[in-house]
Amino acid sequence: MSILIGKDTRIIVQGITGRDGSFHALSMREYGSQVVGGVTPGKGGQDLQGIPVFDTVAQAVKKTGADCTVIFVPAKFATAALHEAADARIPLVICITEGIPVLEMIENTHYLATHGCRLIGPNCPGLISPGACKVGIMPGRIHLQGDIGVISRSGTLTYEVVWALTRAGLGQSTCIGVGGDPVIGTGFVELLKLFEEDPGTAGVVLIGEIGGEDEERAAEYIHGSMRKPVAAFISGLTAPPEKRMGHAGAIVSGGRGTADAKVKALRAAEVPVAERPDEIPALLAAKLKRKVGGSR
Amino acid sequence: MKLHEYQAKGFLREFGIPVPQGEIAANPDEARKIAARIGCPVMVKAQVLVGGRGKAGGVKMANDPEEAVALARDIIGMKIKGIEVQRVLVAKAVDIQAEYYISLTVDRSARAVQCIASASGGMEIEEVAVKEPEKIVRFPLDQEEGLVRAKHFDSLARAFPSADLARQAWSIVEGMCKLFYAKDCSLVEINPCALVAGGHLVAADAKVIFDDSALYKHPELEVLRSPEEYGADELEARANGLSYVSLDGTIGCIVNGAGLSMATMDLIKYFGASPANFLDVGGSSNPEKVLSALRIILRKDHIRAVLINIFGGITRCDDIARGILMAREKLGIPVPLVIRLIGTNEAEGRQLLSAAGIEAYDDLTEAVKAVVARAGKA
Repeated sequence: MSILIGKDTRIIVQGITGRDGSFHALSMREYGSQVVGGVTPGKGGQDLQGIPVFDTVAQAVKKTGADCTVIFVPAKFATAALHEAADARIPLVICITEGIPVLEMIENTHYLATHGCRLIGPNCPGLISPGACKVGIMPGRIHLQGDIGVISRSGTLTYEVVWALTRAGLGQSTCIGVGGDPVIGTGFVELLKLFEEDPGTAGVVLIGEIGGEDEERAAEYIHGSMRKPVAAFISGLTAPPEKRMGHAGAIVSGGRGTADAKVKALRAAEVPVAERPDEIPALLAAKLKRKVGGSR
Repeated sequence: MKLHEYQAKGFLREFGIPVPQGEIAANPDEARKIAARIGCPVMVKAQVLVGGRGKAGGVKMANDPEEAVALARDIIGMKIKGIEVQRVLVAKAVDIQAEYYISLTVDRSARAVQCIASASGGMEIEEVAVKEPEKIVRFPLDQEEGLVRAKHFDSLARAFPSADLARQAWSIVEGMCKLFYAKDCSLVEINPCALVAGGHLVAADAKVIFDDSALYKHPELEVLRSPEEYGADELEARANGLSYVSLDGTIGCIVNGAGLSMATMDLIKYFGASPANFLDVGGSSNPEKVLSALRIILRKDHIRAVLINIFGGITRCDDIARGILMAREKLGIPVPLVIRLIGTNEAEGRQLLSAAGIEAYDDLTEAVKAVVARAGKA
């Protein structure tokens, strides 16, 4: 079991004829995802190794019955792509694109919400339900099917943690990168709720970083409303203030958004916080009263 | 992109917000002329992008043009938090009777532009939020219509003691909103928003930050970029497609991904050493990027070891390995180099390295322990 995506998810790729879009469309299909179509304006009628390409999202949805889209278009065109996905009422929209202006994202998140669409990202690696479906850019083979949910603001750090879980025999139900931008579609709390309700998820790993207050809100939610165990890791303890650490959203500003404050909030909510990524499996296993398996 | 006070005030003026008269001076003589022209007393204010200018002695009042010269001479060239002052703003001194605070910023959680106002101006708003939270009002702007008098006036008015001041503040916020949306800002802050003789509110100090992701829409703003915001090596890194922040430690880091870069820095600290930098080589895997990264890192003279940590996804380990071999040939690497490679094309990457006699770790913790140990012995 998993959240948001599974074996039946029908995916289209916006920007499928671009360098990243084509590479990852094929890699998703290879993983077993149902990639039913792609969109590149002006290239309708072509195909990418058998995946039909359409001029518009509306046409693609009509022909393929897609219920999920993943966006790889450059930042300048991402807002138009997001609007097109919303206008076609695709329930799940994943935006990989980095560098979309914040004011555009504020408008985009409202536009998608009012059209009944859930947005993951932008500036994210996407999500994967191991063994069933991958919609994103993560390496599929480091994952193992199981019952641990993973939520993260990062890409490669998520791979690091997932690999540690896999080696410890803790498979994953769904792993989601929420994105490294200041304004994103779906935050920690909404995903924690979905995992809490998912019968296929037994525990959750939350990977946060400096900037914003989403981790603090997550701590509050976990403490007040969650029965399933959560273990966390926060990166950026050594990050200097007022400096953007790669991600547009990763910045300690005016003394707010520090890693220390996030660790403190999580610990106050009785969420164990690992000091190193490789400690996470044991922390979660202890909460789940399981033994950690050997390395794979 | 951060603006200096004088640049920020220029934008406020352009959007109809009252600002004390003032001009920028690059030397004492210019300061004298400006002081004489606008009339004393004047404030002579260091223009640097760091806070705490006042405490560092970078903001002082001159009662005549000669005093302005003397102050400009003191302040230009002074170092504030390590930054050398290049220019001063010479601005009409105002008789401040009360200080307020107004800002527009992005509320990440609410996904909205947010207005914050406070009856306690002149200090950091974060400090007010801790000490006197009841003095702060905050409200999100409307998604469709932005600032709406019928919805927002009463909220703003709560931060001001009289109807007249609330009306003046409203007109200031209107100007700030226009600026915020017109230039894709991430912060417009007036602090203090000063009540001066005659009962007027003026912007006595201001901060403006533009959203870097939106700068492509405003190419005319690029000339305002201060060389102070990023060091020369940070600019070089950016030009080479790297995301880099210089730090004080002794272990250079090259990592793919921002989160993993921060986690790697934290691990170095955990094992008792300190990172010399944050460096994300980004998603694509051009071997040239590794070369540029090593060139920038090795230039720092206190580097004692370098750690390359790659968890390949989009980034391919063989490309990284090629970059390492290229750098070894072109730069020579005078300090111990510890490599951790895992993920996409790991086997090919390892093969390239081991053919050249270089071993790579596959476990991050082991690699960090090794680099800390070797830096200690180096």
